[in-house]
Amino acid sequence: MVSTFLPFILLLPLAGFVINGIFGKKLNSERLSGLIGASAVGIGFILSVAIFIELLGLSPDARSVGVNLADWITAGQFSVGFSYLVDPLSVVFLLVITGVGTLIHIYSMGYMHGDPGFSRFFAYLNLFIFMMLNLVLADNLLLTFLGWEGVGLCSFLLIGFWYDRKFAGVGILWTGDAAKKAFVVNRIGDLGMLIGMFILFSQFGTLNYGQLTQVLSSGAFFPGGSDLLTAAALCLFVGACGKSAQIPLGVWLPDAMAGPTPVSALIHAATMVTAGIFLVSRNATLFTLSPTAMTVVTCVAATTALVAATVGIVQNDIKKVLAYSTVSQLGFMFVALGVGAFTAAVFHVVTHAFFKALLFLGSGSVIHGMHEEQDMQKMGGLKKYMPQTYKTYLIGAIAIAGIFPLSGFFSKDEILYHAFNDSGPVLWVVGALAAFCTAFYMFRSVYLTFDGKERFDHHHVHPHESPASMTIPLWILAVLSVVGGFLGLPAIFGEHVHLLHSWLEPVFAPAYKFYSQHHASHTTELVLMVVSLCIGIAGILTARRVYIQKPGTADKVAARFPAIHKLLWHKWYMDEVYEVGVVKFIWMTSQSFLYRIFDKKIIDGMLHGIANATGAAGRGLRQLQTGVVTNYVTLFVLGILLIVGYLILG
Amino acid sequence: MTQTDLLAGLAIEIVSIFALIIMLTDALVERSTRLCETLSIVGLLGGLAASAYAHLTMPGQTAFNGMIVVGGMSTLYDAIFCGAGIMTVLLAREYLTRVGGMFDEFYTLLMMSIAGMMLMGHSADSMPMFVGLEVMSICFYVMAGLMRNKLSSNEAALKYFLLGAFASGFLLYGIALVYGSVGSTAYSAIAAKALSTQFPTLFWVGIGMMIIGLGFKVAAFPFHQWAPDVYHGAPTVVTGFMSTAGKAAAFSGFVGFIAPTMASGVPGLEKAKVILALLAVGSMLVGNITALAQTNVKRMLAYSSVAHAGYLMIGLAAGNAAGWTGITYYLVAYLFMQIGAFAVVGILERENGGNLTVDDYRGLARRRPGLALVMSLFMFSLTGIPPFAGFFGKYYLFNAAIQADLTWLAIVGVVSSVISVWFYLGLVVIMYFREPLGEMEGGEASISSRTALALSIIGTLLIGLIPQAIINIAAR
Amino acid sequence: MLTLPIEYYLTLSAVIFIIGTIGVLTRRNAIIIFMCIELMLNSVNLTLVAFSQYMGDMAGQIMVLLVMTVAAAEAAVGLAIVLALFRNKQTVYVDEVNVLKW
Repeated sequence: MVSTFLPFILLLPLAGFVINGIFGKKLNSERLSGLIGASAVGIGFILSVAIFIELLGLSPDARSVGVNLADWITAGQFSVGFSYLVDPLSVVFLLVITGVGTLIHIYSMGYMHGDPGFSRFFAYLNLFIFMMLNLVLADNLLLTFLGWEGVGLCSFLLIGFWYDRKFAGVGILWTGDAAKKAFVVNRIGDLGMLIGMFILFSQFGTLNYGQLTQVLSSGAFFPGGSDLLTAAALCLFVGACGKSAQIPLGVWLPDAMAGPTPVSALIHAATMVTAGIFLVSRNATLFTLSPTAMTVVTCVAATTALVAATVGIVQNDIKKVLAYSTVSQLGFMFVALGVGAFTAAVFHVVTHAFFKALLFLGSGSVIHGMHEEQDMQKMGGLKKYMPQTYKTYLIGAIAIAGIFPLSGFFSKDEILYHAFNDSGPVLWVVGALAAFCTAFYMFRSVYLTFDGKERFDHHHVHPHESPASMTIPLWILAVLSVVGGFLGLPAIFGEHVHLLHSWLEPVFAPAYKFYSQHHASHTTELVLMVVSLCIGIAGILTARRVYIQKPGTADKVAARFPAIHKLLWHKWYMDEVYEVGVVKFIWMTSQSFLYRIFDKKIIDGMLHGIANATGAAGRGLRQLQTGVVTNYVTLFVLGILLIVGYLILG
Repeated sequence: MTQTDLLAGLAIEIVSIFALIIMLTDALVERSTRLCETLSIVGLLGGLAASAYAHLTMPGQTAFNGMIVVGGMSTLYDAIFCGAGIMTVLLAREYLTRVGGMFDEFYTLLMMSIAGMMLMGHSADSMPMFVGLEVMSICFYVMAGLMRNKLSSNEAALKYFLLGAFASGFLLYGIALVYGSVGSTAYSAIAAKALSTQFPTLFWVGIGMMIIGLGFKVAAFPFHQWAPDVYHGAPTVVTGFMSTAGKAAAFSGFVGFIAPTMASGVPGLEKAKVILALLAVGSMLVGNITALAQTNVKRMLAYSSVAHAGYLMIGLAAGNAAGWTGITYYLVAYLFMQIGAFAVVGILERENGGNLTVDDYRGLARRRPGLALVMSLFMFSLTGIPPFAGFFGKYYLFNAAIQADLTWLAIVGVVSSVISVWFYLGLVVIMYFREPLGEMEGGEASISSRTALALSIIGTLLIGLIPQAIINIAAR
Repeated sequence: MLTLPIEYYLTLSAVIFIIGTIGVLTRRNAIIIFMCIELMLNSVNLTLVAFSQYMGDMAGQIMVLLVMTVAAAEAAVGLAIVLALFRNKQTVYVDEVNVLKW
């Protein structure tokens, strides 16, 4: 069944892309375009569920099915196919991508209503789903890389979807610039990933995940292995940093908010940005063999989680808040990976997909209802105009703040628990601080948007609730955000209650061999849970105090610490550093040296020389072709004499 | 002759019989063009089916006393010949009617030449190879001169005929000498008895003469000079057919006799490799460099076909299994891109050689965006830019050369590919970024022409995306 | 009967072949060029028959029959082509037929 359904899951979105991409304009029907787009993914989701159920029926060790659709390249020893691996890890991603993807497709039918590029939008979305599925289902790094580049392309196309709109940022004027920024920054990560692939291939002669894991875990390479392994792991991590927006490559994600909001929800929150988590999880064995790489991952991730969370506190654009929140949450996931808690990372990917998609779609609903207004300072009191959006958004906020028993509590708590257990209190404190900030800025956004005084201009803006096609997905995601946590109940609730852990066990077993996890007593676990719950509540209460009970406190605090406020407001000057240190530098060298001197004089000079010489040779050789048969025969016979002479005498 | 023999040669028989049926139809039925067209396509599809049947049921078998071989590469050759034939039939009527060369004999000649090519592709003996080659060539002489009232067409036919017959003489002399030195015309016997021959000099002179004769047919330097003139003067559909299927047939004959010789380990093999490598280098460089100086698109493509013969000869010089499969893959790829390119040229061409110069293509993207796009695609593929078929073709050939320790040859190949960028992509630049000089007349392409173009594009893209499928068929 | 060594036949046919080649190189008249080519083909026939007789193998003689058939077909086509050319240009001299060049 797996091998029967998989081609459909993969090819339906591709078909949707082709149909909407080529015939979209001719269809000239939003309903039809949307239906094609959404059903291509929706059917995929149903089939994915069927695959999931079938795998459930198998014994844990047999839950790994390879499907080879076609050969791709075979060159000497090197062989890569369009071959896919359906195993517990890829099924989790498969379900999330198609499930959340379906909801967002449905939501987009309402959100994009009336947009001239409606069918183009759905074509891109379907292409994205296709590429993303290639990424997570591939059984080798090269096919993953194909999907990786594909989603990068779709991300570019969708960020710049409204290419004629203005968008403000450092060095950015148009949405197209934001798209370019995302693309270029991602290329840096891709280069890392490519180098990592080259290293792995040169060492092991294969890019197949199964074979790599087998070779690595066979013990031929001892734990603590060679520098090359560390280099390979770090290179892959650079790729992961690019896609998953970790410092220092995370600067593109906040600007990616230039795209339509469903895109932000699907690509820049729920699915594509978790590709980095997927890549590290897939190569878990490689990473666990290199403690250095694991440490680097942890440090980068912890920094990202905290820095992004602090920036989120002061942003006024509702989508920017969510964007920084995403960066911060991705940091959490990488922290989990860094301490070897792979299951916890995947768990957080799943719950985060639910509540972050919910929050983004909620913000989209707000933006939609407020006529494209994104500044929270110009909102307020919206809960009476859009109650559905308010309620669902609130659920999302509670979930991400980590309040028991919503999903965010369980996944975040598990990460903090592992941070404490496998690394130490320092990491835990950093995580807890980030969690506090998260609770604070999320409720800041809730209060600024939905509560308090109505700060918008009543003459021009008439807030209204969104249509059912938008609110229904919101409610479904809200329910998932509430119950999603029960996939991974902590150990104090009993043995084997962490469903996701048992499900993913066979995938990560080889990695755990090298990176055994510590187990703390139930008491420690309980204490940590209570503390993290308290932190979440404290964050919420602080936000309440600052924005509801004593409005104006925020400005006072900002005035008291202008330096810090400025630092956060300018996002730790990361964009500026890039602008001056990298962009300007490259621009200057390119202009003054590379272009004017190297390119124009040296390269062009050489090329023109060679080209002129070749052209002259061509005109000369042309004269040989006299048009007279006799002369042709002469050259012919000369050739014969030389060949025969060489054969006899040479 | 047994039933197995008949079944093994079924593809050739079907095509030949249809050629005869078409000849009779042409003679007996009035206004038979459409009927002949249909019959040709039916016959070629039948040939394809028979070839596929033989490929699946009797791979690697020989028939007719070991004179022909079935399956593997020969199936792909059949596919190339019949595929080229089908596309040519689809393109021919519209074009030939326009330029005044629409004679129904065309279909007989086409089918007969395909039968000859298939005989070459299947041959395991120099005797059927020679017969196939001559059947093909004699049909080509006539087809090149199909526009009998046009001087350029006459001239092309005359040059092709005189030089072709001259080259046949050398091929035949080579066959005779090899026959005399090993005592048999069968390729397998060449490999088996070459080591114990009493006349090693005669043997090598014979092999050299065969290389010369076949080198002429594939248009390799220095025996290439007929190609630009003939390809230029012949009707464009015929040129497209000759330069793809004809070249493929010549290479199928080439591989057939060179492969066992290379495997025989007879002393003097290195010299043959050197000769083949030098022919490859000469063809690549002369073809590409002369193509640079052309102002006529048809002639430019003709010169570039000399260069492509050079790339293909790299596979011969490498003389290993990778080389043979590389050649086969490249021939399939070349079929689609070259026929496609000539199809576009043919669709744009007007009576008396109008719309053939590079200047006529200026700004084509604005006037005929579809055709310009398609043409660009073929140009990209011919240049060898991934992911098109042409890229993998070159990749396999250069890879074969490197495996055979002929890295320098691969480097020359890459360098000459770079030269070819100039005129291939130069044409794309002209189509997209130059202002047109004047109005271009010309109507829409017919449905059948569009079908042929679509087939070429699909082929160029598809086998570029799944190159392995072709290699797998060849290996069977 | 006196049997000549095979070298005699081979040398004779090689000489005839070279004469044919030189003829193709030096003559201007398309018909004569073609006749020289026929000479070359026939010299090959001689070689084939000689080898066939020398080795006692029939294949060479069968080949000769095939070559003669091919030569006949070529002659028919060749003369037709020359005729068509003559109708258009009133010449059979190959050096005057050079519209297609460079």
